[in-house]
Amino acid sequence: MATAEAHTDSHAHDHDHEHKDSFITKYIFCQDHKVIAKQFLITGMFWAIIGGAFSAIFRMQLGFPDADLGWLQPLLGKWISADGKLDTEFYLALVTMHGTIMVFFVLTAGLSGTFSNFLIPLQIGARDMASGFMNMLSYWFFFLSSVIMFISLFLETGPASGGWVVYPPLSALPQAMSGSGLGMTLWLVAMVFFIVSSLLGGINYITTVINLRTRGMSMWKLPLTIWAFFLTAVIGVLSFPVLFAAALLLVFDRSFGTSFYLSEIYIGGEALPNLGGSPILYQHLFWFLGHPEVYIVLLPALGITSEIIATNSRKPIFGYKAMVISLLGITVLSFVVWAHHMFVTGMNPFLGSIFMFLTLIIAIPSAVKVFNYLTTLWRGNIIFTPAMLFSIGLVSVFISGGITGVFLGNSAIDIQLHDTYFVVAHFHLVMGSASFFGMVAGVYHWFPKMFGRMMDRKLGYIHFWFTFVGVYLVFFPMHYIGIAGFPRRYYSFTNFDAFSGFTDLNAFISVAALITFIAQFIFLFNFVYSIFRGKKAPANPWKSNTLEWTTPINPGHGNWPGEIPPVYRWPYDYSKPGAEDDFIPQNVPFSETMESNLPHENDEIALEKDIDELVVDETGEHHDQH
Amino acid sequence: MFGLYIFLAVFLILGILLMIFRISRLINVVKGSDEKRASTSNNVNAMLMIAFMVIGFGLAAWYSVTYFDLYDPPVASEHGELTDKLFWRTMWVTLLVVVVTHVLMFVFAYKYRYKEGQKALFYPHNNKLEYIWTLVPAVVLTWLVISGWMAWEDIMAPADKDAEQIEVLGYQFAWSIRYGGMDNNVGDYDYRLIDDVAGNPNGIDFTDKANFDDFLFQNLVIPKGKEILLKIRARDVLHSVFLPHFRVKMDAVPGMPTQFKFIVTKTTQEMRDELGDQEFNYELACTEICGESHFSMKKNVIVMELEDYYEWKAEQETFLSVNPEFMDKVPEELKELAVVTAGIDKQD
Ligand code: HEM
Ligand SMILES: [Cu+2]
Ligand SMILES: [Cu+2]
Repeated sequence: MATAEAHTDSHAHDHDHEHKDSFITKYIFCQDHKVIAKQFLITGMFWAIIGGAFSAIFRMQLGFPDADLGWLQPLLGKWISADGKLDTEFYLALVTMHGTIMVFFVLTAGLSGTFSNFLIPLQIGARDMASGFMNMLSYWFFFLSSVIMFISLFLETGPASGGWVVYPPLSALPQAMSGSGLGMTLWLVAMVFFIVSSLLGGINYITTVINLRTRGMSMWKLPLTIWAFFLTAVIGVLSFPVLFAAALLLVFDRSFGTSFYLSEIYIGGEALPNLGGSPILYQHLFWFLGHPEVYIVLLPALGITSEIIATNSRKPIFGYKAMVISLLGITVLSFVVWAHHMFVTGMNPFLGSIFMFLTLIIAIPSAVKVFNYLTTLWRGNIIFTPAMLFSIGLVSVFISGGITGVFLGNSAIDIQLHDTYFVVAHFHLVMGSASFFGMVAGVYHWFPKMFGRMMDRKLGYIHFWFTFVGVYLVFFPMHYIGIAGFPRRYYSFTNFDAFSGFTDLNAFISVAALITFIAQFIFLFNFVYSIFRGKKAPANPWKSNTLEWTTPINPGHGNWPGEIPPVYRWPYDYSKPGAEDDFIPQNVPFSETMESNLPHENDEIALEKDIDELVVDETGEHHDQH
Repeated sequence: MFGLYIFLAVFLILGILLMIFRISRLINVVKGSDEKRASTSNNVNAMLMIAFMVIGFGLAAWYSVTYFDLYDPPVASEHGELTDKLFWRTMWVTLLVVVVTHVLMFVFAYKYRYKEGQKALFYPHNNKLEYIWTLVPAVVLTWLVISGWMAWEDIMAPADKDAEQIEVLGYQFAWSIRYGGMDNNVGDYDYRLIDDVAGNPNGIDFTDKANFDDFLFQNLVIPKGKEILLKIRARDVLHSVFLPHFRVKMDAVPGMPTQFKFIVTKTTQEMRDELGDQEFNYELACTEICGESHFSMKKNVIVMELEDYYEWKAEQETFLSVNPEFMDKVPEELKELAVVTAGIDKQD
């Protein structure tokens, strides 16, 4: 039986006094989850532009190694040599910052931060997060982290350059590369604040989903978006502390002379005193977060897609329970596969065998999800909104990127493929592109709820087709050079006969990458333009079932002006036989839809009284009824 | 000046695009196509789905077939032939999955595009289907994993006792190759003995007799047909030994020696003849980011017939005979042995 949720929220009573909020409390130090979501979104978009620009620069180096990059000198200063060449170490700095920014700042903070914040209260029927204050702190810690990381870009010695995984000893010894000096220190400080932000956010999401669901909203009636955000938060709360520990030990090794990761090192003409540490220990700790992290960026995108595909196919999502169970399976398994990143690091080969089996198990729930998406499309009545296009695109890149995991998870095959462009292709499709598509789809879909206006459809279509074709032209060819053995994080390939034969393909990839990057500005324009000049949104533009569309078009603080609507049914009653319209929102009781009820649903009518009778006490005392 | 023109041109193009955008929005408002549930764009998008599928698969197939050889690196080791086989087996299975799922997806997207008056099928679940598509991937994956696991166990099994021992030491930004000499035993080292100035970059410990006959060489020379055991270590940061043609990869870790055993099946000359390229060389590359010159940590690799290899090995001068000043480091009681084993008397 659904639990009744008491809700404490003083704002519920004064939402009509909102105009009293000053600019600062309304837009800056704001505790409203919707505003915080927009803050995350806009910060995430800012970082996406920077991260994308970095990839454009290093792609130019890879695609056109002979080109004169002198024109970048005003921007990059001494990192461009006198004869117009990119500095080799700065190349690595760009790659490192690109990876860090994309994974953490764009697809963790930008994705979860935006949509968990925005949708959890709106879709479960709550006035706000469990703790608005912690939620606000979460954003401001992220902001602080962003500022520090941003400053590190301008250091004399350059930002961190050891790859986004910052493996010691390279990242621990300033003698090893100049980016391991102050740049690395700032990287670590920024990441510590980032972790704090993630934990504050995650704890809030979990608490809110468990405690603040509206009347009638049992766990099995939650939209898949909420399941995804919920489990993402669980993964984050369990794994980020381990990264924190890894980072802390690295700080000790760097600054206080400990030897957690360092042993038997001779560098810069001297033998260091450190003995007994293990670089492999760092890798275990890092990937204990690092692997779950890829699901932290992916699950929200899958949740968003489930919702959008069901809505725009005008069909219930196929296999709702199987979808939830798959998500649960992925959540649990994501913690026991981390060492597949370490097959050839010198880790005990027996561990390699164990992790190979565990890794290929995780492919199963992922496959189940794909089959469920496909069956949802089958015999639908599909409306191609830009959000829907990006969701279909997500399913495609999720398949083509995920399937190469079957190669990489097989340790015998991974010997050759590890740290080549095959890996770069794999994770850009399955994690980079899929999550990015999910994020963009989410923006197109919930823009009307965020800003009360519609984004332009046509521009959305153009954006989609450029991006969809673009990511395939960029990342698909990388498989070929990966199979040929191209190592990643190489400034150029001309030193090796084995790798120097693919200049044409590399140039092609770079051109495609540049075009794809530029195409994102169509989206940016559409976004900014529509905030101010977009067509006014109707109440429920996509004829969707979930609760957020029952709020006013521009919901205020507290979300619903009156009582929060109760929930009677699951969120996927689309095209129900007998029903007049092709959707029945979650807050419509079965007693009002006699013509379309299934037999077991008629039994639920008797229970509706219970839901209606639940008293919601918004004054602060906790009522618990069964 | 040129910059200004470019700037103006971009500005102009953006302006024109903006105009087009405004006009098309006006037209939409007039035609009311924004009010409709699905305008003609819906059909266009549906058709583009099919076009994308056909052109995409077509291009990928054409390119893969035409340029197959360019991206299929020749293989020259025993286990490499096995892992390649596993690779291609996995390729065929996964390719089938990718094609089938994509065809279904794009065809569904096209076929079930919105039509006025059409109603979608209310079809929330089917447990039988769920069981099938859980079990089938599980079985196929198990098959792939078990064959991979068996290969992995073999590749990672302990090396033969008489495997040819070669030490590969990675440092910023080069490799140092050390041979065990006639006793085929690469001697002890200690990182505290490393001294680039004095000329002991490997930290060779001269109190170990196994070191007396060891020698360094500027290339990685290996015999065909005999098991080789690479003893891999790093001096400063992580590196990774990558021999693409032998399908060998193993990280070099400071403070933790690693190893990789393998058997090469083709000499350099055989490979040159096979590829019709007399310039061909096997190469050793680094695949773990290690600093600014990571991309240039290259060593040439020479593969010889076993007899030639032994002959070559016998000709090499030991480290001690090339650097006799290190005789000082040899303990008194071993000096005589060192002189004989290192073949120093030969020189005098
Ligand atoms: C504009 C689109 C993008 C392009 C053209 C691009 C290109 C690349 C390339 C070529 C590399 C490898 C560089 C090297 O190893 O030398 C790379 C690294 C990476 N990219 Fe991207 N990328 C793009 C978007 C993304 C996105 C959306 C993500 C989010 C997951 C992402 C995450 C990463 C990561 C984690 C690395 C590894 C960084 C490292 O090696 O430390 N990229 N990118
Ligand atoms: Cu992983
Ligand atoms: Cu390297």
